Amino acid sequence: MATQHSRSAARLMMAPAVVLLLGWMLVPLTMTLFFSFKKYLPLRGGDLGWVGFDNYIRFIDSSAFWPSVQATLVIVGGVLAITVVLGVALALLLDQPMWGQGVVRILVIAPFFVMPTVSALVWKNMFMDPVNGLFAHLWKFFGAEPISWLSEASMQSIILIVSWQWLPFATLILLTAIQSLDSEQLEAAEMDGASPVARFGYIILPHLGRAITVVVLIQTIFLLSIFAEIFVTTQGSFGTRTLTYLIFQRVLESQNVGLGSAGGVYAIILANIVAAFLMRIVGKNLDA
Amino acid sequence: MGRITLDKVTKSFGATEVIPPLDLTIEDGEFTVFVGPSGCGKSTLLRLIAGLEDVSSGQIRIDSKDATMVPPAKRGLAMVFQSYALYPHMSVRKNIAFPMKMAGIDEAEQNRRIEAAAKALNLTDYLERKPGQLSGGQRQRVAIGRAIVREPAAFLFDEPLSNLDAALRVGMRLEISELHERLKTTMIYVTHDQVEAMTMADKIVVLRAGHIEQVGSPLELYHTPRNLFVAGFIGSPKMNFIEGPEADKYNAHTIGIRPEHITIGTGDGPWSGVVNVSEHLGSDTFFHIHNTGLAETITVRADGEVGFRHGDRVTLTPRSDVIHRFDAQGQRIAA
Repeated sequence: MATQHSRSAARLMMAPAVVLLLGWMLVPLTMTLFFSFKKYLPLRGGDLGWVGFDNYIRFIDSSAFWPSVQATLVIVGGVLAITVVLGVALALLLDQPMWGQGVVRILVIAPFFVMPTVSALVWKNMFMDPVNGLFAHLWKFFGAEPISWLSEASMQSIILIVSWQWLPFATLILLTAIQSLDSEQLEAAEMDGASPVARFGYIILPHLGRAITVVVLIQTIFLLSIFAEIFVTTQGSFGTRTLTYLIFQRVLESQNVGLGSAGGVYAIILANIVAAFLMRIVGKNLDA
Repeated sequence: MGRITLDKVTKSFGATEVIPPLDLTIEDGEFTVFVGPSGCGKSTLLRLIAGLEDVSSGQIRIDSKDATMVPPAKRGLAMVFQSYALYPHMSVRKNIAFPMKMAGIDEAEQNRRIEAAAKALNLTDYLERKPGQLSGGQRQRVAIGRAIVREPAAFLFDEPLSNLDAALRVGMRLEISELHERLKTTMIYVTHDQVEAMTMADKIVVLRAGHIEQVGSPLELYHTPRNLFVAGFIGSPKMNFIEGPEADKYNAHTIGIRPEHITIGTGDGPWSGVVNVSEHLGSDTFFHIHNTGLAETITVRADGEVGFRHGDRVTLTPRSDVIHRFDAQGQRIAA
């Protein structure tokens, strides 16, 4: 099949896609790097020339930097923990034969189809509003003082909203993994005297290892850059300013493109550090 | 000890009755084979004994204790599955240790039993490997090892050789038979392959549509099949069945004659026909004879040296003392 001729033809035909993707990645990256070495204030004089590493030093010296890194990692870690644990539990439940299985499965996936902005607004106004929200009513019903979620428990609220969005994704992938488990293995374990808990711990969970790895890696990529949920709820206040949100504030609220670009480069570095750690911890599950 | 008794056991899936009321006793130390065509309920029967399926009615007794409602792990039975069902993320050692670990047997005893099983099954060099790195035969042996270390009252095998190639199958067949000789434990073995049944069993149970057609030793079944189904199922190549005037001569609706009980030649003979296909196995040759006027094809088993070709006219002489007679209902007519 793969003769010299067909191989060069294949390269030729792949070339447009590769060039497009490369351009798509390289142009913004180059521009970010370019601006990060400039003092560029669009509303206050525009391009004010090269400043070397000034932006980088200012960004990291800012009192907001380390808290934002911490907030980012807390949100990513919290959402990952919740979605993986509940995802495994839900997948186990949905794997059981039950009446109306098809409908239930679609309902479970539904949150994933809701746009982040919309779901965050729904949570903010319908559930978490301290006066009219459903939670407030629930609290009042039990005679408790309603919590103003987004200011008193801002971090937990955002983790809750984002987890709700990503739980279907985790559930779906873990459910397909559970369904691919050979039922004879479970029966063998049952014959071997393993209790349901032992069967879960020794057979099902190791079988899910690879799927969990996929969930963790993919979710991390997307969670490092969550923005809409913060933008429409807390606007980065109450300790919910992530690195992404900090960059947004530097560029659009402070109108400092150079400083924001330097932050963008830090965000790339942070993403790579997290990715390297993850690959170390869970990547071995993907081999063999 | 491992005497297993099934008393009027039935099994239904919804409205479909898979096993109609069935009685069967498997004596301690016996190698019993359930054999039958696919879908005859033999695997279901094994799973009922194992406890992986619940009986719809009736009673299962193991060593005269009622085990009908006992969970699988407490029945003291070990099962070897068709897919082997090894735990892919555990090493061979951990696979074999798993049932002992679940039973809370102490480490030293675990290791002693693992070493003994590994030695008996030629797995000593593979203990640290994962199942994925083993060949089919080795995986099969790991599955057997995992069953042995539990020291069960009986072993249950669910078509354990059907995923192996022909050469390995013959080897494993021998190994399982040897294992039975050594352990003297009750074994129940499910297969659709009558050769496995004939070669390994002390007792064969022939099943069709959940019914027991006949129970007996391999040679009993071979010499005195109770009906047409058993006669056709046991023995290879299949028994020839002849109806019509030829059967009337023997006062039977159908007569059966095994291919090995017919002599092929060119001289005088009661039957004659034309060779269609001849299958040479080296030791034996199977001739498929057409145009006999008796049945569509008569199969004859002859010595490997006999060399008739396609189209040759031959005569056939049956051994009249081993002709099986059956009535219109397909039941055997006693001699």
